[in-house]
Amino acid sequence: MELYELTAHELSDLIKDKKASAVEITESLLNRIEETENKVESYLTVCKEEALAKAKEVQARIDKGEAKSPLAGIPMALKDNMCTEGIATTCGSKMLENFIPPYSATVVKKLAEEDAILLGKLNMDEFAMGGSNENSYFKKTKNPWDLERVPGGSSGGSAASVASGQAVFSLGSDTGGSIRQPAAFCGVVGMKPTYGTVSRFGLVAFASSLDQIGPLTKDVTDCALVLNAITGHDKMDSTSADIQYPDYTKALLNDVKGMKIGYPKEYLGKGISEDVKKAVLDAIDTYKSLGAECEEFSLPITEYAIPAYYLIACAEASSNLARYDGIKYGYRAAKYTDLLDLYKQTRSEGFGAEVKRRIMLGTYALSSGYYDAYYKKALQVRTIIKQEFDKAFSKYDFIIGPTTPTTAFKLGEKTANPLEMYLEDIYTVSVNIAGLPGLVVPCGKDSKGLPIGLQLIGKPFDESTLLRAGYTFEQNTEYHKMRPQI
Amino acid sequence: MKVTKETIEHVANLARLNLTEQEKEKLTTEMEDIISYVDKLNELDTSGVSPTAHVIPIKNVFREDEAKASYDREKILANAPSTENGCFKVPKVVE
Repeated sequence: MELYELTAHELSDLIKDKKASAVEITESLLNRIEETENKVESYLTVCKEEALAKAKEVQARIDKGEAKSPLAGIPMALKDNMCTEGIATTCGSKMLENFIPPYSATVVKKLAEEDAILLGKLNMDEFAMGGSNENSYFKKTKNPWDLERVPGGSSGGSAASVASGQAVFSLGSDTGGSIRQPAAFCGVVGMKPTYGTVSRFGLVAFASSLDQIGPLTKDVTDCALVLNAITGHDKMDSTSADIQYPDYTKALLNDVKGMKIGYPKEYLGKGISEDVKKAVLDAIDTYKSLGAECEEFSLPITEYAIPAYYLIACAEASSNLARYDGIKYGYRAAKYTDLLDLYKQTRSEGFGAEVKRRIMLGTYALSSGYYDAYYKKALQVRTIIKQEFDKAFSKYDFIIGPTTPTTAFKLGEKTANPLEMYLEDIYTVSVNIAGLPGLVVPCGKDSKGLPIGLQLIGKPFDESTLLRAGYTFEQNTEYHKMRPQI
Repeated sequence: MKVTKETIEHVANLARLNLTEQEKEKLTTEMEDIISYVDKLNELDTSGVSPTAHVIPIKNVFREDEAKASYDREKILANAPSTENGCFKVPKVVE
């Protein structure tokens, strides 16, 4: 086994036993990036020198017994929408091509305090809008399982890098499925925590009532370790929840006996591929055999989740992206006639097609005469979605289902029809609308050998139950050990 | 809902976007598709349902109004497309 193939907790054990150093591990990862990056293209920035220098410094402190975090000396990477002081943060957009943040996001500081090593910044759909990474202004990341296929998105670089051994773990952000869908497509573990659990200070805003940062890892144990590092109240983010956060590693129990699990029949209905459906039903059987009670129930609001999601997300995006005006930072058009034209030219040249489409839809939904019919209506549907989940959670400990209707699709396959691409998000968007935690774990492969992700949906702030169930699944199956050959 | 080219031009102006003729045409069709699809929400009776803007009940998060040091001027201006004498430079605003 090469060092880059190992999980964070395995590497941490090696460091503790003095069988590997932070420097050797970082070198292994950097070499892996060099060998595979021309094929996978996960990274927008690789911080080679900084990573090696930091690894040396951390190892010196480990030797002195000072750096004790389980993430100390572990190389990781970040989606390029999290501000890193002094390191380019592009958000996958021409608009921010030359933006060097003057400060670091709270999650970046928290991981630095744990002595994790930053390898670089990862590719994404422009402003996190997309499900394939094909909307990045810079490059198209490939799925390490099949280089002709997309890694998913918008955190495609975050998933592809972990799956291909280019990062031990990564952070992504999830507004409507952007951590969970690429995790499923690339065969890694991905968690969107409850809204408000992880500070969004320094995360480039897309849709503020939906956005949440979370980890992409090789197994559930690593997911718990990273969650321990990044969760917590932050006075710099007034939407972050001021609650007692648990030690998530305490949830790692191989036991689901007596747990009540619900699976919505609408999640296994029309549109789902046979391979994905079978893998999910097999996972349900696994839980049954381990002593959990599994029951089908109805979540009839499901078919209204996508229209509600796109209205809310685009409305918030159109407002958030109003800040890109070519004045204080970011791109400015070279030619313009006056101030108004400066704004218009800058935005027209700086944003890509999908971003413009969503700004247009959001502006329309918020514009005079349409606000009640679209935006307010969507917020009312949000209330109903939340109520249906509340009702389900009065009966079940957690909900289980697919993450995506199909496995990873081919590059270019869905770019022609934006609406068709939106419909891919059917199983993920409700979780953001209701602010719930969602965990994706690998649960099989389809006939083409592409990974399938099982989605576990929990009660607000009950990440621990999902981790326990995910961990139990891992202990009784081998899917989390699947690695692509590149 | 019918989306016309005039609607697209009006919304583009509100969103501060200049669209080419080709973009306008494409967006007219795409927006019509998407808006017809989201009109599906009208199948639901939402009378008496209060809207949820935010899922967690956080209200009025205040902090003490204390003076603190901000970022260095140079560091902030370093990202600006155009500056002069320590200020952001913009085209003439007032005639």
